[in-house]
Amino acid sequence: MSTSTEHTQDQAHGNDHEGTYLRTLVALLCLTIVTVAASYVDFGSGNIVIALTIASIKASLVALFFMHLRYEKPVNGIIAMAGFLFLGIFLMFCFIDFDTRDALRPVNWNGKMPMDIAAPVQSAAPAPAAVPPAPAPAPAQK
Amino acid sequence: MSSSTLDVHSHDPHGHGDDPHHQHHFATMEQQFDTSKIGMWLFLATEVLLFGGLFVGFGLMQARYPQEFVEAHEHLQRPLGALNTIVLLFSSWTMVMGVVNAKKGDRKKLVLFLALTILCACIFLTVKYFEYSHKFEEGLLPGHWYTAQATDTVRNAQGVLSHGYATFFSFYFMMTGLHGFHILVGIFLLSWIAVRGNRGEFSSAYYTPVDLVGLYWHLVDLIWIYLFPLFYLIK
Repeated sequence: MSTSTEHTQDQAHGNDHEGTYLRTLVALLCLTIVTVAASYVDFGSGNIVIALTIASIKASLVALFFMHLRYEKPVNGIIAMAGFLFLGIFLMFCFIDFDTRDALRPVNWNGKMPMDIAAPVQSAAPAPAAVPPAPAPAPAQK
Repeated sequence: MSSSTLDVHSHDPHGHGDDPHHQHHFATMEQQFDTSKIGMWLFLATEVLLFGGLFVGFGLMQARYPQEFVEAHEHLQRPLGALNTIVLLFSSWTMVMGVVNAKKGDRKKLVLFLALTILCACIFLTVKYFEYSHKFEEGLLPGHWYTAQATDTVRNAQGVLSHGYATFFSFYFMMTGLHGFHILVGIFLLSWIAVRGNRGEFSSAYYTPVDLVGLYWHLVDLIWIYLFPLFYLIK
């Protein structure tokens, strides 16, 4: 199997990766600067897309090079991808639920629910408006 | 080291004595190493799911309270978050250099790079401490402890504040707190590895613990890579 020869080669030329690791670090730092700079510019809903895309590129760099997935036997990468796959399924079904809840309400629904999105605290607010809620707790223990 | 190892195990009862770390239920050292790695990756997958639940909750609440989350995130100090990101990324590099030097059997450099990694972790927690104390002082706290509402605009007809602000800080403290706890655990693991490395326990033949702690440390970095834009940079 070719992977085992690669593995021994990898061990023999361990220093070869040192340059790769340094370049990975530089790329990660550059991407951090880009993502922070982009956050000061208003792209509307594009901001979150840019931020998460850059985060995913950074995460891939860390996984592929720092966590050696690029040089590993594939089984470790499969396990890692399985974790993210199930997270994706979890995320997807939660958002499908969240986005379709209004549409699934019964026809005789009276338009009220405990915490409505349109008026977030209406039903959960017996206290008068001007009075602030609970007093500040003791500040941080120093 | 390896020659003395050979001497010690020339009369190994199990018949494959080339390394004192070689446990007899593994055919080769390589198989043993790979098995440890698979175990570590399984653990890391559960870590992804542990944080994943919180990420999903954060995403749902962000969808429910978009305006509140944007206003709340303005209270976070973006430069401090960016500084912590750079510190953690740098620590990931020092960690991987630690693994390289463990593999080479360079004891001094291994301990140096592990010490640098621990230093970065301490810087990260110190910055986090200042961020947390700033929030405690301002009343930017989870749930009903949330008292910093002077600039918050989302209110109902009676002028009562939306739950969204306190929800943001519930997630902020839960997720950065859990992440900070992982950093703390990482510091203990790194110290343990540094002590063992200083004793000269690691070589090209056996450096599994360094490699696995390295994987753990990179995962902690990887989670922060997502936490940073979600909390500090959302719009």
